[in-house]
Amino acid sequence: MNAPRRGWVDFASPARNRAASVWALRAAIIAVVLLLWEIVAESGWLFRDVVPTLPVIGRAIARVLADAGFYSNLAVTAGEILASLAIGGVAGVVVGLLLGGSPFMARAYEGFIYYLGPTPKIIFFPIMILWFGVGPGSKVAMGALSSFFPIVISVAAGMRQIAPVLIRVGQSFRATPWQMTRTIYFPAMRVPIVNGFRLGLGLAIIGTLLAETKLSNRGLGYLIIQSYTTFDMPRMYALLIVLFVIAIGLNAVIGRYAVSARSGAA
Amino acid sequence: MNAAAPARREPLAGYAPAAVGLLSAIAVFCVLEGLIRAGVISEYIMPPPSHVLAAFGRVITEEHIVRRFFLTIGECLTTGVMITVFGVAGGVLLHRYRLLQQAVETWVAALAAAPVVLAYPLFMVIFGRNAWTIIMIGFVAALPPVILKTVEGLAGTRNVLLDVGRSFRLDDWQLFRKILLPAALPSIFVGLRVGLIFALINIVGVEFLINFGGLGQLINELAERYDLPGTYGAIGFVILVSVLFFVACERAERWLLPA
Repeated sequence: MNAPRRGWVDFASPARNRAASVWALRAAIIAVVLLLWEIVAESGWLFRDVVPTLPVIGRAIARVLADAGFYSNLAVTAGEILASLAIGGVAGVVVGLLLGGSPFMARAYEGFIYYLGPTPKIIFFPIMILWFGVGPGSKVAMGALSSFFPIVISVAAGMRQIAPVLIRVGQSFRATPWQMTRTIYFPAMRVPIVNGFRLGLGLAIIGTLLAETKLSNRGLGYLIIQSYTTFDMPRMYALLIVLFVIAIGLNAVIGRYAVSARSGAA
Repeated sequence: MNAAAPARREPLAGYAPAAVGLLSAIAVFCVLEGLIRAGVISEYIMPPPSHVLAAFGRVITEEHIVRRFFLTIGECLTTGVMITVFGVAGGVLLHRYRLLQQAVETWVAALAAAPVVLAYPLFMVIFGRNAWTIIMIGFVAALPPVILKTVEGLAGTRNVLLDVGRSFRLDDWQLFRKILLPAALPSIFVGLRVGLIFALINIVGVEFLINFGGLGQLINELAERYDLPGTYGAIGFVILVSVLFFVACERAERWLLPA
């Protein structure tokens, strides 16, 4: 009965070879993709410069990373994202606590959050420009608006999952609402809060940078759209690669923190 | 305040909470109307809600909103067909070849977290400033959840069902069609619903950003004309369409999956 089963269900092979096989396959896939890329780039099948060769992209990445202007624009974008996450995060946690703590409030208002959450936020950008100007303010507002919704939903859902016994312990000690929040709610909701901020950070990055591509004269989004308007394709690839590495890396780091928070809470 | 037991809701007089929610929204609009008319908020920044409401009719009749609506929905549905075909096929492939799954599943998850829409200038260079740019961004952004949920659904098939299939000597294809696929359908539909929502967000967003296509472009055009009531009205219309789209997706999922 324990014989390895083949087909749809199980493709078991000795575990000791498995990790090596996985890494070998990954390396092979990357090698094939890079080879195909290089063939397409050299072949001239597509318009010139749309698919630059790998050495050209490599040099562009090096140039971007060696450019002081890149770091000043990165600092502008990072500042906008941090400010937006702080504003959207605080507002999201407060509203999430209110919704999670009161079934009546949840039934009255959570529908708005639930349905407004997945609407495309960038369409609010013209309004944000009117309210906060063409400078960093409108970009921070876009990021805050984007990050607000996942944080509210995570915090409200997290609050409902707190073990009732913890809440009863707090109540039996006659804890004030602030003490309940600080000593019961927040420690018990660490994982959903971290996950909410992880999602919020991803959306804040998108909201802020999209706004920068639409109308700005600073930031990474501006650099990307400037590469487009001057048709500097290697630079655009380089900027996008650097940006994706930063975004995916940040997501992975916070994800690991969420996992450690979960194992710590277990 | 018993926050931990929403399942045991007190009978809250039926629709009272929903009515409070709706009345609150109306009250906010009334307060805004008063503040704007009193000059506390400049009407050059925010037009009175009554003007926005009046602009709805104008936006619908003069801005070809039906054609724009169907253009955007058409792009969403094209993306929906593509993510269904490629997403489910990709998920099946990853489930079929476990080594491949172990090698690339984290990459798919990373793609799900990647801000794909930021690469829209690149898509414009490759596909041109046309509907394919919009559809392809929607496709790339919406594909990962379908793949991941398909793999999850197939992997979650109960072993007893597979054993029954084997005892009937089903071949691989029969095992897939009669047991694995039906068992995975609920999860696949969740992936498709999430994917379609991602697609709609990205499609409307890119329409706005590249000023091409349906509803997203409408907002951009009205904003560039500084038609404030029209811009607010169009944004309200897009939100309405998005919400109806989500509700339709949820209903379709429930209808297709009778408990």
